[in-house]
Amino acid sequence: MGNLGFATPWLLAALVALPLLWWLLRAVPPAPVVRRFPGVALLLGLTDERTETDKTPWWLLLLRALAVAALIVGFAGPTLNPQAARMGDAPLLVVMDASWASARDWSRRTERVAEVLAEAARADRPVAVVVLSDLPEGPLPLREARFWAERVGALTPAPFVAKADTVAEWAATLPETLDSYWVSDGLDHPYRGPLTDALQARGALAVYETSRPVLALAPASLREGSLVLQAIRLPNQPTTDVTITAHGRDPSGVERALARATATFEAGEQTAEAELVLQPELRNRITRFQIEGIRSAGAVALTDDALQRRKVALLTGREGDEGADLLSPFFYLRQALGPVAELIESPSIDDLLLTAPDVLILVDVAALGEVETGQILDFVRSGGLLLRFAGPRLAASEIARDAEDPLLPVRLRIGGRTVGGAMSWGAPRMLRDFAPESPFAGLSIPSDVTIAAQVLAQPDPGLAERTIATLADGTPLVTRRFDGDGQIVLVHTTANADWSTLPLSGLFVQMLERLAVSTRGAALEESAIAQQVWQPQRALDGFGKVQDVSNDAAIDGETLAARDFGPDLRPGVYSSAAGSLALNLIGADSVLSAATWPASVPVERDTVAVTRDLRAPVLILGLGLLLVDILAALWLSGRLRGGAVAAILLALSLPMDAHAQEDDRLALQATSAVVLGHILTGDARVDEIAQAGLRGLSRILFARTSVEPEPPIGVDIERDELTFFPFLYWPITENTPIPSDAAYAKLNRYLRGGGLILFDTRDAELAGLTRTTPEARRLQTIARPLDIPPLEPVPEDHVLTRTFYLLSEFPGRYRGRDVWVEAAPADAERAEGMPFRNLNDGVTPVIVGGHDWASAWAVDEMGQPMVRIGMGLSGEEQREMAYRFGVNLITHVLTGNYKSDQVHVPALLERLGQ
Amino acid sequence: MTADLRQRAEGLAAPLPALLAQAEHLAASVLPGAHGRRRAGQGDEFWQYRPATASDGAARIDWRRSGRADVHFVRETEWQAAQAVTLWVDRAQAMGFSGAKDRAPKADRARLLGLALAVLLLKGGERVGLMPDLPPRMGRAQLEPLTLTLGADDMADFGTPPAALLPARSQAVFLSDFLGPTEGLERAVGQAVARGVRGVLVQILDPVEEEFPYQGRSIFESMTGTLRHETLRANDLQTRYRDRLVARKDALAALARKSGWQVLSHHTDQSPATALMALWQALDGGR
Repeated sequence: MGNLGFATPWLLAALVALPLLWWLLRAVPPAPVVRRFPGVALLLGLTDERTETDKTPWWLLLLRALAVAALIVGFAGPTLNPQAARMGDAPLLVVMDASWASARDWSRRTERVAEVLAEAARADRPVAVVVLSDLPEGPLPLREARFWAERVGALTPAPFVAKADTVAEWAATLPETLDSYWVSDGLDHPYRGPLTDALQARGALAVYETSRPVLALAPASLREGSLVLQAIRLPNQPTTDVTITAHGRDPSGVERALARATATFEAGEQTAEAELVLQPELRNRITRFQIEGIRSAGAVALTDDALQRRKVALLTGREGDEGADLLSPFFYLRQALGPVAELIESPSIDDLLLTAPDVLILVDVAALGEVETGQILDFVRSGGLLLRFAGPRLAASEIARDAEDPLLPVRLRIGGRTVGGAMSWGAPRMLRDFAPESPFAGLSIPSDVTIAAQVLAQPDPGLAERTIATLADGTPLVTRRFDGDGQIVLVHTTANADWSTLPLSGLFVQMLERLAVSTRGAALEESAIAQQVWQPQRALDGFGKVQDVSNDAAIDGETLAARDFGPDLRPGVYSSAAGSLALNLIGADSVLSAATWPASVPVERDTVAVTRDLRAPVLILGLGLLLVDILAALWLSGRLRGGAVAAILLALSLPMDAHAQEDDRLALQATSAVVLGHILTGDARVDEIAQAGLRGLSRILFARTSVEPEPPIGVDIERDELTFFPFLYWPITENTPIPSDAAYAKLNRYLRGGGLILFDTRDAELAGLTRTTPEARRLQTIARPLDIPPLEPVPEDHVLTRTFYLLSEFPGRYRGRDVWVEAAPADAERAEGMPFRNLNDGVTPVIVGGHDWASAWAVDEMGQPMVRIGMGLSGEEQREMAYRFGVNLITHVLTGNYKSDQVHVPALLERLGQ
Repeated sequence: MTADLRQRAEGLAAPLPALLAQAEHLAASVLPGAHGRRRAGQGDEFWQYRPATASDGAARIDWRRSGRADVHFVRETEWQAAQAVTLWVDRAQAMGFSGAKDRAPKADRARLLGLALAVLLLKGGERVGLMPDLPPRMGRAQLEPLTLTLGADDMADFGTPPAALLPARSQAVFLSDFLGPTEGLERAVGQAVARGVRGVLVQILDPVEEEFPYQGRSIFESMTGTLRHETLRANDLQTRYRDRLVARKDALAALARKSGWQVLSHHTDQSPATALMALWQALDGGR
């Protein structure tokens, strides 16, 4: 419970008068009732037994005293938690950090500002609300609080932090006397100290912070094939878990969370890590990581090429021979890399390197020209991966025999070796488990992977550390050498199944993934960034929402390289010729530090009790007590009769029954005669047309047939009972709500019970062009849980074509396109001499079409058509046909297959005659 | 002036035919039997044949009866003495009370009962008069003055039977609530008894007067406002009021017992037919 304050405390002095009132009330008994009563003659001389009861009863006194006290207190203007500190008269400056860190509690902060503004409005002081990340031009905009109160809702946090120098410049322009209220984001910023001093020099300063922790997410990095995500927070916090989600488009192109990982902050720790092992296919789809449940630009880490598909260049050589695919040395590589990497194939090293690949694969290439060697070496040293496979040509070549070849990780022995071939004694070798430090560590080795031949490495001092995979007998199978930023990897066997079964196994794919994925930190050099011009692609707003900004002006590389976020440079994804670059607010080494305030500055946490004006509730309480007093006084004086009490109670309880009555009304209305129903879609126009359409159809039915419907009723499938309606018209719009489970149950019961629903997607015109329309898709979604039998386009001999009129088509506002009804049984056959097939009994439960019948039927109250159909006379003819369809339809609904049976009448009569 | 008087009189008389019709209707519901004296005398009803004596004139002999026997018979009719019944209907203000909106005041009921009784009696050939100044007369012609006189109101708070000279050995019916002072009543009954008059006291009360359902601080006023009683808790008075009412009824009963009269009690929420029946019986039995 907070403090209580009063706007006009002197009014409370009136409370002194309460005892007086008490005495007065006690002295004056309640006014008597004068009654005419002949029996008074018998009463004469009777005295009251208890004289003290002539006083007002104590509880009534208390009630009245309380009522008056409440009124006095109410008029004195009680306020809960008055903010005495901010009750000055000087202009008030409300400062908001409005950085990404405040986004999480933004609504709370703006609420707080609104509260402060309300206080200022009460105190009638001029206010300026200033957002530091978007400083106002010119002098401080001091206005009345109401002006700002309207604008607080429109303030948004920026996806960056204000710059110290701009803030300092602005602070210098502030007026001399000023009280300040600083809505802080809880982080320490360079401008905080100077601005605090500047504001304190001008007047009182109070600070508001929320106690919810600030969380940020560092960019994801790759480590040993898994994604490492690091969440950051302020120091000195307890143990917490955060969930980090990876967002991207799923294979159908829908943006969704693709994966989740949980990072646990130990108590006091500032960072927490989570590892995410994902299929490369999946990983390539990720566009950003986000701390779940936190809306802030700092809690989003966008991804760029560093996590995206690798470009793998494959030197294919001259493929003159048209050999079988399975024998091609590239076949297994293509199979393995195709799904996870962008494979570039060319016989020219020049062409390959121009595409800036991440990995260059040479398969059984022995000698390379000097120029090419140089190019490849440059490529490797700038961070590329050269992956080579051995083969007969490499084994037969002379390279790397005596000296280390620059493009091979180890020296090779002549000829290589064959184990377990037709001409050798030994058995094919198995692989040994991968060493923990190997990039393949943890991969399980299938037992059927055998190596029959390989090139052998010369035993060199450095061989052991360059070996990352060995055979069971210890001979190196994969060797690796780092060179510059890159690495050269040699697989000592072939990339096809000639020398080993490795390429046939899944292990091959996994090993390639490990190799390809673990390449390249690929961070572009600062200098490389600065030299380019970058086009923004996607950018974050303060809440961490991704916006498409591909139409924005390009940004100079140097600005980008400085990562000096501001209005001109928002965190986001930028692209240039060199690739794409994700610019994240939080760097890998960012540290968050909490704001510290001088002791002289009062800091309010979000536990700050809100100033609340209690005037209204207290006054209402007072008036309520007075009302009770009236009733009590009436009761005391015997004038309050049971009837009156009952009437009051009845009046209070009346609204409860309203709905039930309404339901009954619907039931009565719907059952007193045939009523056509249409299902309410929530779209006012569609509902109006549906209502008018059924009205028009009802009139036509009334005029032409013995069906005499009452005015149609709009039915809410969630609330209303459907069973009263033989026929429901359901116009489907793009936004027709999906019914609840209960409503589906009701609909299914309705359909099974013989009801008919006419689904109208009202799109026959469009559907003819595009086949599927949003309405049709909506209809599919809605109809999926419905119990609908197989459908077919209305066959020529369907009973709908002849229940009343003979019709060949069913036009509404549109004509053409099929109308679907329940399919005839497969065994329906046309009997000898009969014009129609012997069709199923009963009524089709649904009719599906898109002809917008309601529009064609629609008439206003005066009976005039509401929607124009077609052109001129032919349009009127079409409307007439639409009405005829309606008449046929309702007749079908009400009579079933009666007309179908009619064709048998001659035969039946004949039989009776015999 | 005359026109005004007539207008007022007509206004006053307007409800009377209705009252009369109501009374006749009520009277019709009670089947009166002619009250024969069970001895020969003047009357229409056959009483007996007796052998003629010498003192009987020839004209008195019933020749048809005598023709069937050897002696002469005289046809005697039963003596039917027309009784004189004098009504007193309290028309004081107290009788104008009604405890509920849909209930007629006591005065209405008293008039109705009185007039219905008069209709009955006149039909039975009795003489009916109305205190204080309408002497008992026979015939339906008496109804009109009866009705007119009944229509007038008394301005007094409580009614007292006037000290009128009743025909000796006649009967009297007093219709009132008997809530006022009892001295007048006792005196009137005493005078009547002195002249050999027997009678019935009909106490007509509103149910509210019986129950006293009041609560809270109240000032009770008599109908003219001359009597007042203030109480702070009306509900406290209930039992004591009822006690006093019972005492008043006992006093009436004692008075009746002493003078050989009868007391009937009637409430305005009861059917008037029952009361009329009881009243009729009481008169009949008193003969």
